[in-house]
Amino acid sequence: MNKKRPKFLALHQIKLPLPGMVSILHRISGALLFLALPLLLWMLQCSLRSIETYTELVDNLQHPASKIFLLLVLWAFLHHFCAGIRYLAIDLQFASSLARARSSSRWVLAVSLALMVTVGVWLW
Amino acid sequence: MVDRIVTGAHYGLRDWLIQRVSAVIMALYALFIVGYALYQPHLDYDSWTRMFSSNVLRSFTLLVLLALYYHAWIGVRDIVMDYVKPAGVRLAIHVVVILALLLYVIWSVQILWGM
Repeated sequence: MNKKRPKFLALHQIKLPLPGMVSILHRISGALLFLALPLLLWMLQCSLRSIETYTELVDNLQHPASKIFLLLVLWAFLHHFCAGIRYLAIDLQFASSLARARSSSRWVLAVSLALMVTVGVWLW
Repeated sequence: MVDRIVTGAHYGLRDWLIQRVSAVIMALYALFIVGYALYQPHLDYDSWTRMFSSNVLRSFTLLVLLALYYHAWIGVRDIVMDYVKPAGVRLAIHVVVILALLLYVIWSVQILWGM
């Protein structure tokens, strides 16, 4: 193999196809969810420990910053969820053609965003 | 000769399968919790803690959390293997992630049975 072959990895020039977008967003959302784990566990602890910590948590979640955090985590969860189901479907040989891979990618992006907006509106 | 490094992958197929099985477990649990929450007329502290007072749900929640932590480990490990080249840095991140996830296991037990 020619070791000196040129590499053209100009990231800003690479335009990912739709399934590629879903794939990289699957990674990004997964990483976000991992990083959010301690906060989510802390929230679960507050919600269960006592009525005082529960009401304190509810008050804290009214803050705009925590609402943005919740919305971000919500999107990450929904995208990871939908994209994950798409991958399971692909493993089961559904959506294996290019056209169906594209349309299912569009569905994943749209459904997770739509659900995020729905739950977001419902929460506030 | 294949270059083997200590922070490389070892069990491709097993992890591939665990990643999918744990994903299905978590998806079912998420749907169950969302369905239960929507079914409650008033979701407040009482109904929330009543739900988690049953040992069956506590046990299943812990099982799902364990699946989540294993799932997170495989996912983070794959990301780190793809983007972090130096073996030393990679090892350091792996150790930190494993320790964090093990601490989350202990913390999860404390949350579920310490309420």
